[in-house]
Amino acid sequence: MTVTDAGTHPLNRREVVRTLTADRQGTVFISSLGSPTYDLAAAGDSARNFYLWGAMGGAMSLGLGLALARRDVAVCVLAGDGEILMGMGSFATIAQQAPSNLAVVILDNGLYGETGEQRSHTASGTDLCRVARACGIENSITVRTLPELADLAQRLHADDPAGPLVARVLIAPGPERTCLPSRDGVWLARRLQQDLGVKGL
Amino acid sequence: MQTPPLINDTTDAATHWPRQIFDVLRGYDVSQVCYVPDGGHADLIRLSHGCDDMVTVSLTTEEEGIAMALGASIGGARSVILMQSSGVGNCINMLSLVQSCRMPILLLITMRGEWGEFNPWQVPMGSQVQAALEMMGLQVMRADTAPDVAPMVKAAARQVFEGGGAVAVLLSQRLIGAKDFNKEAAK
Repeated sequence: MTVTDAGTHPLNRREVVRTLTADRQGTVFISSLGSPTYDLAAAGDSARNFYLWGAMGGAMSLGLGLALARRDVAVCVLAGDGEILMGMGSFATIAQQAPSNLAVVILDNGLYGETGEQRSHTASGTDLCRVARACGIENSITVRTLPELADLAQRLHADDPAGPLVARVLIAPGPERTCLPSRDGVWLARRLQQDLGVKGL
Repeated sequence: MQTPPLINDTTDAATHWPRQIFDVLRGYDVSQVCYVPDGGHADLIRLSHGCDDMVTVSLTTEEEGIAMALGASIGGARSVILMQSSGVGNCINMLSLVQSCRMPILLLITMRGEWGEFNPWQVPMGSQVQAALEMMGLQVMRADTAPDVAPMVKAAARQVFEGGGAVAVLLSQRLIGAKDFNKEAAK
């Protein structure tokens, strides 16, 4: 059995998300349910944060729908390895549409952290960076160190993002304290919509 | 044993409805068309791919389309999802977004598992499509004949794009025509 290096790296997930959001400018961040949502909230709330609390497997598609609707806005999906594994076909759909303003950052610890830390498939051979590249997203990278993380942060908020980009960030397995943002999907969606200048009904 | 000929309506009126759906969608400025292919949607998919004002997205599974529709609506774009009845089952949990985020969503679903169906594997899901969608909070309309289609899709589009509703229009297998497996095998 091939063993990947998921779960063996020292990057702390909270530090990763803080670094990626620090100089965010207008970037919209969409987080998948569980730890990525807590990480994004812990880094600081924003009208341009959209926290998922369900709809597992849909985070990349949600980001794609928004990125295609608003090509002037950088969209970054923050997702765990479990979330990505549930919707891997979305790599192929993203490759087909190739929106330059879409990035997917995978916080990969090789674990289903929310449900008892069961090992995910990335801990036993599935390399989501290679999956993304094989689906046609050439711009797929693995991030293991702080300097690589700093590069990723710069690329995310570049004026001319050469996306779509997939970054598999290998993080330490340990859980962090939960940080709970709003669970009101209607409010979160309207707040983001309003911030993007989209008129409601 | 010879299979008797199919009872499909092949008049001109019966084959114009995909174009009429396309015109309704254009009229409502729908700019994202997401689909998992189905024979009944083939003409509409072709028209959409040929339209510069529409981003036409081929999905790997229908549930991608549900989440994309939320992203599109947050970004101010109008979208539609085309699928076959079997795809509805793939969407159930993702349709939580309809209630959780009160998102507008328009589904156009070509039906299998009913009128003249040859393949019994289409029946379990096909026969539960309306119930499944209603269970997840969508309103369901059903077009059985060609003259129903354009006004029904227009009414649905209005409810979705002006009323913020979540509506599925079922395009019946009688309307589309039962799939002719013998003809395909003979090719």
